[in-house]
Amino acid sequence: MLLPGKGPTPGALTVTSGDETRTLDQPYAAARVSRPGSVSGQKTSETEVRQTFGPALEAQPGRPVSFYLYFLADTDEFTPESKQVVTQLFAEIARRPAPEIVAIGHTDRVGSVPYNDALSLRRAERVRDELVKLGIPRGRISVAGRGAREPEVRTAEKVAEARNRRVEISVR
Amino acid sequence: MKFPTTIALALPLALMVGVLQAGAAEDAGRIKVSKGVVQIERSGQRLPAPVGSIVRQGDLVITGADGSAGISFRDNSLLSVGPDSVLSIDRFVFDSTTHQGAFESSLKQGTLAVVSGKLAKQSPEAMKVRTPAAILGVRGTEFLVRTGSVKD
Repeated sequence: MLLPGKGPTPGALTVTSGDETRTLDQPYAAARVSRPGSVSGQKTSETEVRQTFGPALEAQPGRPVSFYLYFLADTDEFTPESKQVVTQLFAEIARRPAPEIVAIGHTDRVGSVPYNDALSLRRAERVRDELVKLGIPRGRISVAGRGAREPEVRTAEKVAEARNRRVEISVR
Repeated sequence: MKFPTTIALALPLALMVGVLQAGAAEDAGRIKVSKGVVQIERSGQRLPAPVGSIVRQGDLVITGADGSAGISFRDNSLLSVGPDSVLSIDRFVFDSTTHQGAFESSLKQGTLAVVSGKLAKQSPEAMKVRTPAAILGVRGTEFLVRTGSVKD
């Protein structure tokens, strides 16, 4: 059963049993497989969903949230805006059960793929070290480098773009 | 002369097993919500699974009649199960740089709510949920699954 999507693009779900496949791409579309090889379509409602799936839905963990930090040029100092972001970040961490933090570095499209991957990881590690200094236990923070794969602003290759040189902090 | 040959063969095998186990033991996710009876079965042993428990590839997450559990995975997928459920984490591989990998799970019984994460967004083939009768392919979405008993 497919739920109404919360994202900008509705997703889809394929249900396959034996040789039969049905694609669900509408909110509350549902499929029933009563015996292997037989997939029948049906429509469900919010009420029915609540009845059957209430406890599973109530147990859904909070959705991950991302914060973005920028540094003053050539320093280890956060920009004044980023200091406010750090306050929000701490509030978010405090209200989550068993919080985990991932520092994810991003680059612009100047430089090769391996270079940007390494650079983005270094940026993430630097932010992790800053967060540890601010009192977050090191063991709660992991790091990742996405290189230039996930730009905030799309650009052509080899274009310098400050808004893409950032570190995302994902809290889950 | 046979003895040294055996040793030479055994050593690389032992190293390979070590590497495979290290990969398999990597954390896949963490329990964020745990209500009523929630257990993780790992290597044949059942342990209580309070908030903060680590979930690994190969684990079974089991809830009692009053139980429900929510798990956040490393790729930001969110899976939660209702009462009397058995969810098997068959495979979880996630490359945090490329977002490539695989996430395969099976709902043996009960109810499951899924919000897919970075793996499904990167590749429509990456995430699959199995039930005893069907395979669900996930293309970046939220959905619900119930595996009923034969009576249903």
